[in-house]
Amino acid sequence: MTRTGKEERTTTLEALADREYPWGFVSDIEADALPPGLSEDVIRLISGKKQEPEFMLQWRLRAYRHWVKLERTAGAPKWANVKYAPIDYQAIVYYSAPRRQGEGPASLDEVDPKLLETFAKLGIPLGEQQRLAGVAVDAVFDSVSVATTFKEKLAELGIVFCAFSEAVRDHPDLVQRYLGSVVPYTDNFYAALNSAVFSDGSFCYIPKGVRCPMELSTYFRINTAGSGQFERTLIVAEAGSEVSYLEGCTAPRRDENQLHAAVVELVAHEGARIKYSTVQNWYAGDAEGRGGIFNFVTKRGLCAGRGARISWTQVETGSAITWKYPSVILRGDDSVGEFYSVALTANRQQADTGTKMIHIGRNTRSTIISKGISAGRGNNTYRGLVKILPRADHARNYTQCDSLLLGDRCGAHTFPYIEVGNASSTAEHEASTSKISDEQLFYCKQRGISGDNAVSMIVNGFCKEVFRNLPMEFAVEATKLLGVSLEGSVG
Amino acid sequence: MLSIRGLCAGVEGKAILKRIDLEVGAGEVHAVMGPNGSGKSTLAQVLAGHPAYTVTAGEVTYLGQDLLALPPEERARAGVFLAFQYPVEIPGVSNAYFLKSAVNEQRARQGLEELDAMEFLELLEAKLRLVEMDRSFVNRPVNEGFSGGEKKRNEILQMAVLEPKLAILDETDSGLDIDALRVVAQGVNRLRRPDNATILVTHYQRMLEYVEPDHVHVLFDGRIVKSGDRTLALELERRGYDWIRDEAAGARPAAV
Repeated sequence: MTRTGKEERTTTLEALADREYPWGFVSDIEADALPPGLSEDVIRLISGKKQEPEFMLQWRLRAYRHWVKLERTAGAPKWANVKYAPIDYQAIVYYSAPRRQGEGPASLDEVDPKLLETFAKLGIPLGEQQRLAGVAVDAVFDSVSVATTFKEKLAELGIVFCAFSEAVRDHPDLVQRYLGSVVPYTDNFYAALNSAVFSDGSFCYIPKGVRCPMELSTYFRINTAGSGQFERTLIVAEAGSEVSYLEGCTAPRRDENQLHAAVVELVAHEGARIKYSTVQNWYAGDAEGRGGIFNFVTKRGLCAGRGARISWTQVETGSAITWKYPSVILRGDDSVGEFYSVALTANRQQADTGTKMIHIGRNTRSTIISKGISAGRGNNTYRGLVKILPRADHARNYTQCDSLLLGDRCGAHTFPYIEVGNASSTAEHEASTSKISDEQLFYCKQRGISGDNAVSMIVNGFCKEVFRNLPMEFAVEATKLLGVSLEGSVG
Repeated sequence: MLSIRGLCAGVEGKAILKRIDLEVGAGEVHAVMGPNGSGKSTLAQVLAGHPAYTVTAGEVTYLGQDLLALPPEERARAGVFLAFQYPVEIPGVSNAYFLKSAVNEQRARQGLEELDAMEFLELLEAKLRLVEMDRSFVNRPVNEGFSGGEKKRNEILQMAVLEPKLAILDETDSGLDIDALRVVAQGVNRLRRPDNATILVTHYQRMLEYVEPDHVHVLFDGRIVKSGDRTLALELERRGYDWIRDEAAGARPAAV
């Protein structure tokens, strides 16, 4: 007997709730953690644990005082199209590190095997023998970086790729010069919080004219319950240099929400190119919206010199709430900014994500391609700003913003802001909203293709323009991830 | 091969098919004709398992199995192919990728190994020639931006690649110019084999000039009211459908 379309829809969308999260395990690793809570003392403790120079501590304290002021007045930003209970910032653990034997690992051989095992299980082998060819990895576990591969090899070219805390010790001049230069701690509530308490992250410096011979990547893992992760990443590309950087992230499955408030700053000098790709797969919470990561992230790049180019590509499939706007300030003449995004919200996930392209220089160009996919009771918002300043003669922007809906209980919203202050410039905006239709599914099934494969095929087709911009391995990963995330979304 | 007995089906409580009986044997071509709204397309969709239609009575046996018990993808993998009247667009998914997935899911069911990209391309090349289609076709997204004729040819290409046992062509001739019609018909003829069968659903006799049917059935108000050979199609062409309507009304006890 043939079932009606409506019945089929309902059962299938229920099934979506059962999607698996294979990265939800907890590693049994003894942690050296601070008690929950935030105060100037906590910040001094964090800075002390990292043996930071005085300038760093002072900067953190200034950020903290600014945050306290914000917390007492306006509080966290409320304009985003997401809903959540207020966060108790005194209940969060701001520093948690795997306990070390002695002074901490000087080489991979000294890293706790349990940590290596954890990353291997996540598909990130760090050992000499198994490490990924052509990709240098910085592995961050809770608040600290536990290992960085290919460091020496990159150093031969003058490239610095290391944990942020290491950079503070070994390259204080660079850190002091660039830290907060693109995202000052006064930028927003979460940026202020991050600046006060940030623990680790990656630091990359590509010298003049050097083309980085391998992909640089950081893998972020949250493990300890009740802890927040506040990573800080800074990439500086000197004139004529080139680098491609990848970022991945996962966390255990837990009923409580965990906060992840990161700041990423990119600086591209004259003619430099930075390509930054993210596959974000934090734990998203269960079908009822219990648990999951609050992913409140500030990412911004500065095209400082003429002809610089910064390209953001993000695939956001995880997190209970995503609040993230990777942006580009196009200061150099002829500089180029790009933003390619796929954001998927299933179950009760919420995403408010997009970009800002600030055109300051002449002949600056920006491209925004955003693909939002909503399933279950997910809520997906694109929020974007294209601002063309009076000096930006002949600036050009092209924005394409597409939403795909699966089922009838999810939502898609678009808030594009366009401010043009120069008459010779052009800004183009195209938007579409579509549904995976019963006809498309039936057409695929009539050719013998299963419902799951059909949805995954249609969604991947929808995301094609974005996936094209991902490095090869990541594109494969992203395709698989979307498949897993949408498994069971039709019967 | 296919045996339909007392099939009744409808959509949203509205009865459309009212007791259809039809026997289709291997190697045969059956034309199902009838005026608009007689239930021709519904019959095609119900056989393929479209979820919008509800079967209320009757049974359909296909190669010894209960066809109606199978979900649409299983019917397809068992060799039932529907050439859609309105082929559906799938943006961003190339024809080649789509067809390769279809072929491999079918092969998986038959316990055959999957075709790799090279083997599949070879197969596809041969079939492209059959329907006189350009190679560039395979890299274009499924039906997106295709002209009406290209969409119909694409259906025949898919049919050629999937080699169905039972092909149901739903108004594949509608909206085609004479050249496209010739190509489509030629494709159908070349795919005719003693062990497969074809059901041509059509409004006009035009297609039947190229594809010669063994049997012609006239569907009217959800029933097959007349069956015959080729000459019935010619008679319909000449006289229209009105006399069928009158005959059907006369044959039934006065309604109302």
